[in-house]
Amino acid sequence: METANLYFNLVPWIVYFPIIGLLLNLTIGKKLNENGIGAIAVSASAAAFVVAVLQAYSIGIHHEAVSVKVADWIHIGELALDWTFRVDTLSVTMMLVVSGVGTLIHIYAIGYMKEDVRFHHDEPRFRRFFVFLTLFITMMMVLVSGDSYMMLFVGWEGVGLSSFLLIGFWYDFDTLGRPSFANSNAAKKAFITNRVGDFGFLMAAFLMFWQFQSTNFDNVFAAVAHAEPWVILWITISLLVGVAGKSAQIPLYIWLPDAMAGPTPVSALIHAATMVTAGVYLVTRSAPIFTLSHDAQYITATVGALTALFAATIAVGQYDIKKVLAYSTISQLGFMVAAVGMGAFAAGMFHLITHAFFKALLFLSAGSVILGMERGHHHLAHHGHHGKGHEEVFDPGDMRNMGGLRKQMPVTFWLYMIGTVALAGLFPFAGFWSKDEILADAFHVFPHVYWVLSAAAFLTAFYMGRQVWMVFFGKPRHEVAHHAEESPLIMTAPLMVLAFLSLFGGALNLPGLHTLTSWLEHTIAIHPGEFNVQVALVSTVIALVAIFLSWLLYMKKPLEAGQPDPLKKMLGFVYTGMENKWFVDEGYKFLIIDRYTDLAKFFAQVVDWDFWHEWFHNSVIAAGFVWLTKFLANPIDLGIVDNISRVLAGSIQYSANNLRKLQNGFVRSYALSVMLGVVAIIGYLLIK
Amino acid sequence: MIPVNYYLILSGVLFSAGAVGVLIRRNSLVIFMSIELMLNAANLAFVAFAKMHSANPAVVHNGQIFVFFVMTVAAAEVAVGLALIVAIFRKKQSIDVDQLNQLKG
Repeated sequence: METANLYFNLVPWIVYFPIIGLLLNLTIGKKLNENGIGAIAVSASAAAFVVAVLQAYSIGIHHEAVSVKVADWIHIGELALDWTFRVDTLSVTMMLVVSGVGTLIHIYAIGYMKEDVRFHHDEPRFRRFFVFLTLFITMMMVLVSGDSYMMLFVGWEGVGLSSFLLIGFWYDFDTLGRPSFANSNAAKKAFITNRVGDFGFLMAAFLMFWQFQSTNFDNVFAAVAHAEPWVILWITISLLVGVAGKSAQIPLYIWLPDAMAGPTPVSALIHAATMVTAGVYLVTRSAPIFTLSHDAQYITATVGALTALFAATIAVGQYDIKKVLAYSTISQLGFMVAAVGMGAFAAGMFHLITHAFFKALLFLSAGSVILGMERGHHHLAHHGHHGKGHEEVFDPGDMRNMGGLRKQMPVTFWLYMIGTVALAGLFPFAGFWSKDEILADAFHVFPHVYWVLSAAAFLTAFYMGRQVWMVFFGKPRHEVAHHAEESPLIMTAPLMVLAFLSLFGGALNLPGLHTLTSWLEHTIAIHPGEFNVQVALVSTVIALVAIFLSWLLYMKKPLEAGQPDPLKKMLGFVYTGMENKWFVDEGYKFLIIDRYTDLAKFFAQVVDWDFWHEWFHNSVIAAGFVWLTKFLANPIDLGIVDNISRVLAGSIQYSANNLRKLQNGFVRSYALSVMLGVVAIIGYLLIK
Repeated sequence: MIPVNYYLILSGVLFSAGAVGVLIRRNSLVIFMSIELMLNAANLAFVAFAKMHSANPAVVHNGQIFVFFVMTVAAAEVAVGLALIVAIFRKKQSIDVDQLNQLKG
């Protein structure tokens, strides 16, 4: 089909625009004020969104995948890697989500960071934030638009880097603004945990190159059909390790809750809406490989389902407003991974999109709540509470300090409610359609996954109910909550767009219409899931029961200040486990970090110091060297070398002593020698 | 006509006398004269050979021309040599060559 009139050749600009934006902010941003910096970043992201829309328009007409080569990259032997952008329905979907949600969050971040840098008394850092945020958009675009696993990997690492930079954005503080290494430690934890996943990704890429001599998507997918089963299994398992790292699945999810140390727009954009879904995208992109191995699908779906349930249980026991959302994100990512694991790629992508809407909405609203509390705190500290306000360390994100905020922050309250209902999965919000598509698929493919996910869905509705009752209802449990203030329009306006999308995002793939499914079908083979009324009813009932239970526990008798969580009494040690994240961090510390430290100590003391320095250096190298120098000095140098020169010198002296007698100074004797010489020469000539 | 051998024998005798004079005399003026004697012995040989080959048009008068060169060089040599002897005499108040052994090794 003709592509001349379409916009495919514009696709590199999806990366160029953010790069231009970040370079502008890097170079001339210093001279601009905050609005100017923000405007550049927002326009860069919005321009990328426009390009994404043009691509969507083009691919909507053309349907077939299009590759746009920009430059050669690596050509060594059989390896031929190029910078090639791939436009197909899957990558365009991701481009739209990333740049669309990214643009909204850029707008929100202008308002948020203006206040955040003032709370931290470091206003010049405003510019750095937008440089990092735009870098993230750049890298995410490379990730979703690459034509080969290696180009995807460049983006994969790039988003990991920007995630690291942004988690540790306030690297010299902790989350409460006190000087500390806490945030930079959280950044390191995220980066190192991700490296484990990246190792898996690289293994998969190496396997592909070893077996198929290419990492290009089309080549790999063509070759994989004839590959041996063990190759497919190991590629998928290695990819799954990468997915577990980036998309925070068991056992590598531990970095995501700590990643909440970053500013809230970062949590929303990177650690909820886009970057963490890269793993889901990777599995969807690798659909032709995963669908070939039933074992791989089974493992992936099970990992996803277990993560969904496990993280949901932890979310129930958290008090920090962002931590609840973080575990909720892990849990929802579990839903997506389970979905794409069992082959329900459309359902997984559908949930990815709706989740990006409502989780970004929830996070940004939570940021608005936190800033509202900060404003209240600020207000108190400056109006007659000087002593108290400054001494006490106040956590604006602790839900136990909140309560009744719907009166102080009505706009945020309504936005948060929309996000909550969408996440809980109630009709007709976006989450309802996408979650039920996953559950319906699971019901047919892997029944055990269905049961686990249903339990996770129950907990999801429960912890979101708990959060809403605790934050917005009841009475303020802290003075600060009385004085909380609503956020400005620049922050709430993007939230309204997201709320709209959370409300109507379900329209993307309504049962019977399957818009998204048929859209994605141009790229990957999918069987459209069937809407199962029974499943939908069951899940709706589950969600309503969960919300009712949370109402009973947290709303009927609202929490008082200082009162322990009512679940604590009912569940006992189980709740202690939930509260403490099932001691997974402590377990990892005991099993891995401490053992690693022991090993490092062993290497340092025994191997390096005792063996290497004490024994090898002293006894082997130093002693051997001393022996060798003695040997060279005594018999070799003194015995042989010196005697050679002594004999040479002596013989020359001796011959000189004898020869000098010839030179007696009498011209006559020299003349005689000349004559004798002449006689000898003539005699020779005569005799000859 | 006197055969060329006689000239050559006379030349050899003159040359040997000069050589012996150089070797055994101590007065540098006498040594100098002996050197002249040797040069003239050579000149005699040149002229004798030139006469012997006078029939050959390619080499006619060559020997005589050489003799003129030798005489010229000898004259120059005498100028330098006598100057040297004068200089030595001024320094040593003697022209005895046995006194001149500062170059002894």
